[in-house]
Amino acid sequence: MTEKAFTSEAALKRLKKRRGKEWRFRLWGRAAIGFALAALAWLLISIVGTGYTAFQQNFMTLEFELSESVLAPDGTRDPEKLRGANYRRIVQTTMYELFPEVTDRKAKQELFGLTSASGATNKLRQMVYKNPDLIGKTVSVTVPASDQIDQLLKGYIKRDTDESRRKVSDQQIAWADTLKERGIIKKKFNRILFMNPDSRDPELAGIASAVIGSVMILVVAFVLAFPIGVGAAIYLDEFAPKNKFTDFIEININNLAAVPSIVFGLLGLAVFLNFMGMPRSIPLVGGMVLALRVFPTITIATRSALQGVSPSIVDGALSLGASHTQAVFQQKLPLAAPGILTGSIIGMAQALGETAPLLMIGMVAFVTEVPNSITEPATALPVQIFLWSDSAERAWAERTSAAIIVLLVVLITMNGFAIWLRNRLEQRR
Amino acid sequence: MGQISIYMMLLIAVLTIGGFVYNRSSALGKFRAARAAAGGKMVSSAWHSQASYHGYFTAWLVALSTLAVFIIGLVINGQGMVFNGLWLAAIILTALGVTIITGRKVSGTFRARTYVERFIHGLLICLSVIAVLTTLGIIASLLFESLRFFREVPFMDFLFGLQWSPQTAMRADQVGQSGSFGAIPVFAGTFLIMLVAMAIAGPVGLMIAIYLTEYASAGVRKWIKPAIEILAGVPTVVYGFFALLTFAPFVRGFAETLGFSVPTQSALAAGVVMGVMIIPFVSSLSSDVINSVPQTLRDGSYALGATESETMKKVVFTAALPGIIGAFMLAISRAIGETMIVYMAAGKAANLTANPFEAVTTVTVQIVALLTGDSDFDSAKTLVAFALGLVLFVITLILNVVALTVVRRYRARY
Amino acid sequence: MTETTKPKFTCRDVRVHYGDFEALHGIDIDIPDHGVTAFIGPSGCGKSTFLRTFNRMNDTIDGCRVSGQILMDGEDIYDKNLDPVLLRAQVGMVFQKPNPFPKSIYDNVAYGPRIHGLTSSKAELDVLVEKSLRRAGLWDEVKDRLKLSGTGLSGGQQQRLVIARAIAVNPEVILMDEPASALDPIATAKLEALIEELKERYCIIIVTHSMAQAARVSDKTAFFYMGDLIEFDNTDKIFTNPGNDRTQDYITGRTG
Repeated sequence: MTEKAFTSEAALKRLKKRRGKEWRFRLWGRAAIGFALAALAWLLISIVGTGYTAFQQNFMTLEFELSESVLAPDGTRDPEKLRGANYRRIVQTTMYELFPEVTDRKAKQELFGLTSASGATNKLRQMVYKNPDLIGKTVSVTVPASDQIDQLLKGYIKRDTDESRRKVSDQQIAWADTLKERGIIKKKFNRILFMNPDSRDPELAGIASAVIGSVMILVVAFVLAFPIGVGAAIYLDEFAPKNKFTDFIEININNLAAVPSIVFGLLGLAVFLNFMGMPRSIPLVGGMVLALRVFPTITIATRSALQGVSPSIVDGALSLGASHTQAVFQQKLPLAAPGILTGSIIGMAQALGETAPLLMIGMVAFVTEVPNSITEPATALPVQIFLWSDSAERAWAERTSAAIIVLLVVLITMNGFAIWLRNRLEQRR
Repeated sequence: MGQISIYMMLLIAVLTIGGFVYNRSSALGKFRAARAAAGGKMVSSAWHSQASYHGYFTAWLVALSTLAVFIIGLVINGQGMVFNGLWLAAIILTALGVTIITGRKVSGTFRARTYVERFIHGLLICLSVIAVLTTLGIIASLLFESLRFFREVPFMDFLFGLQWSPQTAMRADQVGQSGSFGAIPVFAGTFLIMLVAMAIAGPVGLMIAIYLTEYASAGVRKWIKPAIEILAGVPTVVYGFFALLTFAPFVRGFAETLGFSVPTQSALAAGVVMGVMIIPFVSSLSSDVINSVPQTLRDGSYALGATESETMKKVVFTAALPGIIGAFMLAISRAIGETMIVYMAAGKAANLTANPFEAVTTVTVQIVALLTGDSDFDSAKTLVAFALGLVLFVITLILNVVALTVVRRYRARY
Repeated sequence: MTETTKPKFTCRDVRVHYGDFEALHGIDIDIPDHGVTAFIGPSGCGKSTFLRTFNRMNDTIDGCRVSGQILMDGEDIYDKNLDPVLLRAQVGMVFQKPNPFPKSIYDNVAYGPRIHGLTSSKAELDVLVEKSLRRAGLWDEVKDRLKLSGTGLSGGQQQRLVIARAIAVNPEVILMDEPASALDPIATAKLEALIEELKERYCIIIVTHSMAQAARVSDKTAFFYMGDLIEFDNTDKIFTNPGNDRTQDYITGRTG
């Protein structure tokens, strides 16, 4: 053979260059994936790293003497009076007795500051209110330490910083260490985080009301969005004539799926609150707004599930004398069910993470009670995260991160289940 | 009212189920009787509809009529109607009446199934129309409130004004004064952050899509793809918190080591975090598009001695370009409409600048800021939020519709 | 065998696996340097798979393995040190369905020369594009619309554009995988005339499901059946006096 143009020295050199480019191109691809995964890792590590400690909290187990002279000086057991009694004094007395040598007024105040003032007083108030017979007795009660002490003992407040630049005094540090040695302060699982509603004190704040609010919102959203989403999909895919109006509905649904969520909030504000006069901050309205937000997602998923079912199924049913409606509802829909379910779970996960539309309909209220019905003011988990994130204190950052961890775990579970379902479905095909 | 309404609904449900059971069994009874009369020989095709369809037919009518009575009662007597025995009786009587009358209709020739299917179709149409109603509701509410705003502030001043300070215009004597509601700085801020976000999400998302579709083995793809999709599943408020807590201080510290100072809230911090959020959006849309480029085009290029990257850059990319543009437009629409990240990390004060290291504000930030405070709902300050919402909706609508059309045409081609 | 010149390809015990499935069971064949060699056989007999081993297009399919030996001009084309990119530049390929790139006619033809750096100036490239289009018999039809998209041409024109695209790289061999299967009879006739012209210059291997086509265009014909090479001989002999019963059955239409 004659000299080949492709094996000449110039061609080989060129080939080397081309292979270099190929290699760099792949490298860019790997770098892009690396970037995305690194961002994900940074996000998760930063939040888990800040938040995991919030699942434990420092508590103090103290002996409180519920003296009658303080709580019921007149000797009656009137519930209203018991509610308003001076529990703070009891807590103070107990705290002062821990270190009897302290006499200075200012020092006493600092000593009292070791415990969560409202945490302790509320707990005692509840106990006495429920069981007035406790008056006059001494009870051993576990109450949360103040957020500063909690942060100190978790190591977030650095001991070696200058005393004037940290919120815990040297004296308080010494006390806290002593109490820890004496076994009065102990780190325990943080039930408060899960069982309490919101509070102004970080050591008492929990996500209970937000979680219940989110559940209510999701239930309302699902009850509305599921029939709308699936119904619209069935109509468009199975029964709709191909005309301009059907096209219009289709474009509408596809567009709604991409409309910014805050616009749905504006819709809710203008229509549900201002026009219909529904109250602000209630899960019912939140659920309605989010139903409108997510039903297009369910419609799109349902349509692709329906399109994935072989048309021969319907043809087979029709050939046996079933009506078209029967064929669709009795044969096709059950086969598409896993796909519909996957889409619905993904839609609900989307609704669970939404914040902006809920802000618009006033779900930013400070809710200190767990809501009992969908017409009572409530907040939602992402909104709670948003509200807490506003506070700069370390204790709040920890709690916010913990709330995010809870939210992410739920979301990952939901999405993971949806993906698992989808994979199973694909394997079966 | 809530609980008793639930009992009312339960009652209606019970009556509906009762109607179903009653007429289904009456149809079954007549069916058996007819068969017995024909000496047990009658074929089922002599009956147009199965017994359960007669039941469904009744159930539908019972549900609709009792609901109608319930709503009429609510309208006439207000919520007090639930305590009024008369209305209760009316609901029960309606249900019984409907059940008995439809029960008489049960026969072999009565086309119960046809009617039931018509009901179902009607219901499905109603459900589909909700999508249209939602869009109309959005447009109507935004337009209505915006027009009220434009009565106070001229449209042109809003759209092209350079001064944005709605909070200072709250005093009565200042409302509508020139300059306060000029939205250009807000639009500019939105645009700047969108640019930063797309500068991250565009190339990274596209390269991920290319790598995963063209290079990665099935095993790698199986793990990497869901991992990247996690980024899309993280709620925006979490990104916002991350920007606030970790990323913005990082940017600030980084800038300080380089010797210049950056405010904690900056377009860069918000934009980069938003870009990360949009990566999976770009990558999965682009993957779909790249996947739908026919294999024969790739084969044609390989057969000419092209390497994979040459094939990708010069053939697949060219073929996929319209779809990729569509994907980018959808991503831009997402970036413009994103709220929580910018609200938490970008800033609230309007600032007309092209410098990403400064704090800027966006349309969505202003909407939230203006509407979450306690304020009189009729002031220009709150109404302007709807005008901003209208602009946001129109722009994203155009982007979405154009992008969806482009992507759909592109799909149709291959 | 009457050929005396050195073969272009020498194949020894070529086997192709897709995962666990063996698609070709050890093929031995010598493809002559000039003229047209046709591969015929029923669908799924492995003729297309075999064709794709000559330019290593099977490499792009996941799970596909080729074993045995294929020498091109005495060089092992499955040598680890040989870059398939170079091989494919020398062995062009035309596919079943015309697959012009979504670019202009000019850019379609210029694609190969550009990536391989065959020309050093725009003028040179223009000449090469024109020469290739002329050789593919398409020049007169498209010379006024070189800037228009290649996808706008008719099916037959597209297929000739694809041939021009392959010729532009100056290959020695052109593989054709049922090139006329998507074309109407008139376009097919033009394509066959083109093949007739091209065989003066290139070694052409064509896979076809049309025995008439094989008889018309090829000099030698190989008959494949169930992953085996049953018979390989001069086309005249195969179609008039096949040496094997199965070949006979296939040609007369008894199997298919």
